[in-house]
Amino acid sequence: MALLGKSLLRSKFGSYVCKARELIVNQRRCIVSCVDPSLGLTEEQKEFQKVAFDFAANEMAPHMAEWDQKEIFPVDTMRKAAQLGFGGIYVKPDVGGSGLSRLDTSIIFEALSTGCVSTTAYMSIHNMCAWMIDAFGNEKQRQTFCPPLCSMDKFASYCLTEPGSGSDAASLLTTAKRRGDHYILNGSKAFISGGGDTDIYVVMCRTGEKGAKGISCVVVEKGTPGLSFGKKEKKVGWNSQPTRAVIFEDCAVPVINRLGEEGQGFLIAMKGLNGGRINIASCSLGAAHASVLLARDHLKVRKQFGEPLSNSQFLQFTLAQMATRLVASRLMVRQAALALQEDREDAVTLCSMAKLFATDECFAICNQALQMHGGYGYLKDYAIQQFVRDIRVHQILEGTNEVMKMIISRNLLQE
Amino acid sequence: MSARVLVGVKRVIDYAVKIRVKPDKTGVVTDGVKHSMNPFCEIAIEEAVRLKEKKLIKEVIAVSCGPQQSQETIRTALAMGADRGIHVDVSGKDYENLGPLQVSKILAALAKKEDVRLIILGKQGTFASQVDFQEDSLKVEREIDGGLETIKIKMPAVVTADLRLNEPRYATLPNIMKAKKKKIDTVKPSDLGVDLSSQLEVLSVEEPSQRQAGVKVETVEDLIKKLRDSGRI
Repeated sequence: MALLGKSLLRSKFGSYVCKARELIVNQRRCIVSCVDPSLGLTEEQKEFQKVAFDFAANEMAPHMAEWDQKEIFPVDTMRKAAQLGFGGIYVKPDVGGSGLSRLDTSIIFEALSTGCVSTTAYMSIHNMCAWMIDAFGNEKQRQTFCPPLCSMDKFASYCLTEPGSGSDAASLLTTAKRRGDHYILNGSKAFISGGGDTDIYVVMCRTGEKGAKGISCVVVEKGTPGLSFGKKEKKVGWNSQPTRAVIFEDCAVPVINRLGEEGQGFLIAMKGLNGGRINIASCSLGAAHASVLLARDHLKVRKQFGEPLSNSQFLQFTLAQMATRLVASRLMVRQAALALQEDREDAVTLCSMAKLFATDECFAICNQALQMHGGYGYLKDYAIQQFVRDIRVHQILEGTNEVMKMIISRNLLQE
Repeated sequence: MSARVLVGVKRVIDYAVKIRVKPDKTGVVTDGVKHSMNPFCEIAIEEAVRLKEKKLIKEVIAVSCGPQQSQETIRTALAMGADRGIHVDVSGKDYENLGPLQVSKILAALAKKEDVRLIILGKQGTFASQVDFQEDSLKVEREIDGGLETIKIKMPAVVTADLRLNEPRYATLPNIMKAKKKKIDTVKPSDLGVDLSSQLEVLSVEEPSQRQAGVKVETVEDLIKKLRDSGRI
């Protein structure tokens, strides 16, 4: 019988051990009806979602606190995920991808995020880069770069933002001057996720005139002379991925590494971001889902004034609103994913709306859930604070929510 | 080896769900409750797929007895690597009365029909913690209270899977998509010549009684007195 106890602790069915973490791990698998993320999905999508939830609960959730506190980039875990097909989810199968739709991708990232937002968010950036090469690269580039990215043999980073150009991305200054069959890159990129630890850098740089039309997209490999990195940034969240400046000093990149035509770079970057925005919004959904369940469980357990908190009408109503806003956000994101995969003309605006709405709402939900935990919510022993810290940045990157409003209003006011 | 393996997979209430007894005490609530594959059946499928990967057997067939939804469970088995599925269609009153005797008759009939050499099931009786395939027989290591026991059995054989037999794999995204194309045949128990009538009748289902709080005693004499008072000794 003692053997049985030990193996239960070791085995996948660790839910039988009633530590707080195991309870959390179990709740994230859902079972609560109205916020059940599998509602309305096809059988096949439910299978994908199940694998992602199981992976998140078993391989990620038990480590998310340690990865955050020790700032560990969990290469082995991500490679395990890649073996299941999570390295290039919407990349075509002929180069190692899983060939799934944007909606399938959203469902998967939402589920993975319940295990660790920061790691899942990095995986979504990696996926975005792999897709950009798959969609805009020529045959040689696809065959060279995509397979090792899909297996996560190699990791990727997306390099657009610079110290002087964030929201005003088209004003970027990194130059790429043609010299024979190389581009010589000079300049620097800021806030690059994975920077310094990743192998493949998808870089937007200026080959031509000012503005968006002068920008091209090139693939730079780590180890290229002239490529160096700044110090690792200390962040409030997203600590399981390193963030560094990426510096180019007379860095020679082969012209054959350019994706698409000269001047097409900005378009490629923005198309990548449409999907990236859905993915980031999906990560926010996962965090909010986990937080709603954590808050609900806390309300049932915590007693004050002689009763469990769940008897308080104010808290009941607040929980109801959190759940409603979560489901509303989820619908926005999934609808945008559908529009993108169907190539509808409203897709770009819908992706912006979904990113804006979901990231704002989900942050409010996680924040409210932290408040419901009282003092305990502020302690790093409890997961809720990490969800809040990790998704705070989703309102800022891949296009600030202010830029999202610019895109939406432009669409509304166009002639 | 050209052997076929039959693996039974059962669709049960998810292990994370809190079980509730129906108000009329005829059973437990299953409507709207999340169901999944019995975790021990997952281990059984994993073992079968590993044997196939080692090229010791030719084909893995996943079987489930139950209503239409059992097909979901078979699909999960296919996504883990089973080659094809058989759904024995049993629904309504027949399903409520389906007991171990009927299921074993069904499995036996299927095993004969499909020429199966080995049946692997989720744990219920003896447990296997390691299975080695030999020419004509099987070497099975099982855990008993005293330690480990290794036995050699001739085939066709039935082996049940214990927790420590293996760690079931995650289905991969490509395998989930391939599973859609794998075949699931549907048969009726009558096609197999199996009679589903049950000799058992469920009278009532009740929740286990609440655990009573224990009582602490100060001395051994107190303990003996308490045991005598409550008629235990």
